[in-house]
Amino acid sequence: MPTSVIAVKGITTDFRRDPRGHDRPGPGTPSAPGSPIRTPRRRLPRWAALAAIGTPLLLSGCNLYPTYGASRGATKQGQDTFKLYSGMMTTGIIVGGLVGLLILWTLVRYRRRSDEMPRQFHENIPIEVLYTAIPILIVAVLFVYTVLTENNVDATVPVNATLGSTGKPVVDIRVTAFQWGWRFDYTGLNVGIAGETTAGPNNHGPQMVVPAGQTVQITLVSDDVVHGFYVRDFNFSRYALPGVTNLFDLTVLHPGTYNGQCTQICGLYHSEMLFSVKAVTPPAFSVWASNEVRKGNTLQRSGSSASNNPPIATHPTPANASPSPAPAKGSA
Amino acid sequence: MRISAVFLAGTGIFFAVIGVVYWFTSYEDAGFLLLMGSALLGLLPGSYYLWWSYKMKPRLDDDPEGSIAEGAGAVDSFPGSSIWPFILGMGAMFAALTFVFGLWMAPLAAALIVSAAVGVTVESRRGGAV
Amino acid sequence: MTTTTEHPDLVGPEAPAGPDGHAPGTGRQDSAHGHHEGPSGIVNWLTSTDHKVIGKSYMITSLVLFFIAGIMALVMRAQLANPTSSLLSFQTYNELFTMHGSLMLYLFAGPFAFGGLANYIVPLQVGAPDMAFPRLNALSYWLYLGGSITMMSGFLVAGGAASYGWVAYAPLSNAINSPGAGADLWLMALGLTGFSAIFTGVNLAATIFYLRAPGMTMFRIPIFSWNMLVTGILILIAFPVLFGAVVMLFSDRHFGTHIFTVQGGGVPVLWQHLFWFFGHPEVYILALPYFGMVTDIIPVFSRKPLFGYKGMVFATMSIAALSTGVWAHHMFTTGVVLLPFFSLLSYLIAVPTGIKFFNWIGTMWGGQLSFQTPMLFSIGFLFAFLMGGVTGILLASPPVDFMTHDTYFVVAHFHQVLIGTSVFAGFAGFYFWYPKMFGRMLSDRLGKLHFWGLFIGFWLTFMPQYLVGLYGMPRRVADYRPDNGWTGLNVISTVGSFVIGASFLFFLVNLYTSWRKPVPAGDNPWDGHGLEWFTSSPPPHHNYTHLPPIRSERPTWDYNHPEHRTLVTHAAKSPAGPPDDADMVGADS
Repeated sequence: MPTSVIAVKGITTDFRRDPRGHDRPGPGTPSAPGSPIRTPRRRLPRWAALAAIGTPLLLSGCNLYPTYGASRGATKQGQDTFKLYSGMMTTGIIVGGLVGLLILWTLVRYRRRSDEMPRQFHENIPIEVLYTAIPILIVAVLFVYTVLTENNVDATVPVNATLGSTGKPVVDIRVTAFQWGWRFDYTGLNVGIAGETTAGPNNHGPQMVVPAGQTVQITLVSDDVVHGFYVRDFNFSRYALPGVTNLFDLTVLHPGTYNGQCTQICGLYHSEMLFSVKAVTPPAFSVWASNEVRKGNTLQRSGSSASNNPPIATHPTPANASPSPAPAKGSA
Repeated sequence: MRISAVFLAGTGIFFAVIGVVYWFTSYEDAGFLLLMGSALLGLLPGSYYLWWSYKMKPRLDDDPEGSIAEGAGAVDSFPGSSIWPFILGMGAMFAALTFVFGLWMAPLAAALIVSAAVGVTVESRRGGAV
Repeated sequence: MTTTTEHPDLVGPEAPAGPDGHAPGTGRQDSAHGHHEGPSGIVNWLTSTDHKVIGKSYMITSLVLFFIAGIMALVMRAQLANPTSSLLSFQTYNELFTMHGSLMLYLFAGPFAFGGLANYIVPLQVGAPDMAFPRLNALSYWLYLGGSITMMSGFLVAGGAASYGWVAYAPLSNAINSPGAGADLWLMALGLTGFSAIFTGVNLAATIFYLRAPGMTMFRIPIFSWNMLVTGILILIAFPVLFGAVVMLFSDRHFGTHIFTVQGGGVPVLWQHLFWFFGHPEVYILALPYFGMVTDIIPVFSRKPLFGYKGMVFATMSIAALSTGVWAHHMFTTGVVLLPFFSLLSYLIAVPTGIKFFNWIGTMWGGQLSFQTPMLFSIGFLFAFLMGGVTGILLASPPVDFMTHDTYFVVAHFHQVLIGTSVFAGFAGFYFWYPKMFGRMLSDRLGKLHFWGLFIGFWLTFMPQYLVGLYGMPRRVADYRPDNGWTGLNVISTVGSFVIGASFLFFLVNLYTSWRKPVPAGDNPWDGHGLEWFTSSPPPHHNYTHLPPIRSERPTWDYNHPEHRTLVTHAAKSPAGPPDDADMVGADS
């Protein structure tokens, strides 16, 4: 049921196929059928089409999902999150703005003008019931959209641990956070990248390379304390918790480099615990992977050959770890 | 009295309900136990006060018609100035610091706490009911 | 020594006054013992069990700590104005934000409200001679002072103060990752101030339940006292959990247990559960008292009764009840909590909070608003809390929380909420009750300058932080890369923070002026509503020599404006008489 392929942001990349097996419109479309906000916004495509007919200025000025400072999302999941954020922000601005204006108007209208005693009323039950009921309705609607989006963002698909040609999700990366750096182990590819971050204005830390347009499954663990895996453009973060294995999917849509950083205070060099994610086309990804293996950046089982691996004494990650460990208990 | 009892018991019932819902939706034990502890915190005093509120005669401060004149007489006895809360507080601080800086502080903390305990007891006895 | 206090308005059959016996000057107090003045000066300060002295001690101590923590914030803002600033080392920066948060949350915002203003005002509002347990109250203050000294002394020991953030997530806070006495001192300080809070919570609940004056039914106590009662109960729920968690962490650090370490079979995320089971109620322990202050102030400056008194009470109760069921919304990104449950309960908190907002507006609606300093600060609170509340609703959504968690978006959100409450509303309360506490006025002109400085600085500081958070800046970082594009917004934020800092100079000058050149306030400078405005400023020992009849939630107003008194709807059916003729017996005479 693709409705429209108007690309509001101007980019339509369609080399990806849906991991669940059915076709989807390009990820740049404003209303992909998986999007949780689609239902009440049936008029969106027509609206967007009208905007597209107009000038580019109009196009950029009249977006149904204003960014409000956030990223539109470089991943499929991030785009879902962005739409929820944008919709909630619009709701918040309208509701908050109305309440704020009401306060302002009250302040101006009822400023003291005389010594006359105002009427001493102290309740109005119908109005009180009304302003209890309306917020309940608003948050109920927000909650429904939240749950729908959350199911999309948190959905994980089973991984085939080979660099597949089947179009199924292919890459499974075990991300280990440690004080103070990151290690990216490509379990099925025998590639291991790691780097400690050092201070310096131009240092952006180790780089995780992923194939654009394909679903990547991240297994997030921590070697020591709590860290936070956060990439701004993915609109996503997740704790790396010691003792917990966190699992999530990322589908980076377009080639590019996206900066990430540890968000949870993890000790002295927390500020420097940077990394970046580089998305490349699937063929380039294959080339990159074989190059890394040739360079010796393999999984840590191969020991000393990993020249740029940090000297971590206790490495709890055997290279032959299960490619898709059980998700953490209670994870929704 | 009854309103306070209902207030506390209501707190307890709320936590009991939320706790049960939480358990059957998450099976997470830490939060469940904490919620059940909070339920007890409301239910224990709440049910006790509720029981009492049926036995005692209504309090004047719960009577919408209660007049100041009806309340004439002693409200209660209140302790006057006392140095012992200060001594006890400092004793507690040194006791806490003992855990950080070592046992050499323990005699000081113990001396302060014991003297405060003795002092406040003697003071209360001398001053009558507190 | 012990004094027996009798109900102030002792009228015998020979009393000359009306049915409720209001007759200024006929009251007696402390007739049994007489000697109640106690010693003066430093000895008085050390030995007093008077809630007014303890309340003032609490306020002064917590304000000093507020200024210290504020200066820490300015130093941190100075560091962040430049992406690669080397003003502070990483270690110092980590210590500063940890201590800034700890001082503000544990030692200022809570104690200023429930130990300071509530300690002073609640017994006055309910017509009690003192708190229910005066010596426990004194002990509570000394534990708080001891805890504050213990926490601050972390800066003096080798290795510096605690540096793991005010939430102290395990295992960063264990002995391996945070060795040194500073962390231990921090834990001990939490234990001491935790007990101090518990004792005050017990005291507040007992005072409000059982020391009310005759006729002061539960549904006639002012909202500030209602909120303090609910806060007291919340303290009793939350702080024991914190103490338990602190004991566990300390035994992990020193006694070889492995409660929070994976290697020994422990569960690090348990700390987060325990901490936030304390921490989220704590947020409302910091907010509810301030809601109460604003709720008492707005009607006075609108010359109207509070709109929706009972709605306000039930909103407070629902906020408090829900607040204990939402702890894991701080843990959405852990991946181990049940998202929809906590999301739904978090959303629901918006409903009672909305009710409060509309009740505040309804109170002002149709009134005669005068914008003196306490009212200005209350209005500042309304706008600040509106902004913080709206962004709070966003954060109740797990996906939006994923995208903003631990970024400056969250920093801006909780600063707007907490400054809205503890600073805007807190200083509204301070300006409002200062004349009662000291019998002298603060300058309205300086107060307004203070307000406008704070108000402008507040928006200037925190609105850019939302944006820089959305641009990806994580919290608790001492530096950032120049090419991230965060510099300009951080500079604006730093400028704003210094405007806030400067506005407090007006406050200090105001205090100094009122101390050097006192302007007498009189008993009731604002034409107040609550019982506290009936007694002298400052109140005498054991508070009241006489009391008005109490027939609504604003007895002083009813007494002063018999023709505009509150019409009463009854909370509880009176066993003594039919409810309809109960309003204002006797005040007409």
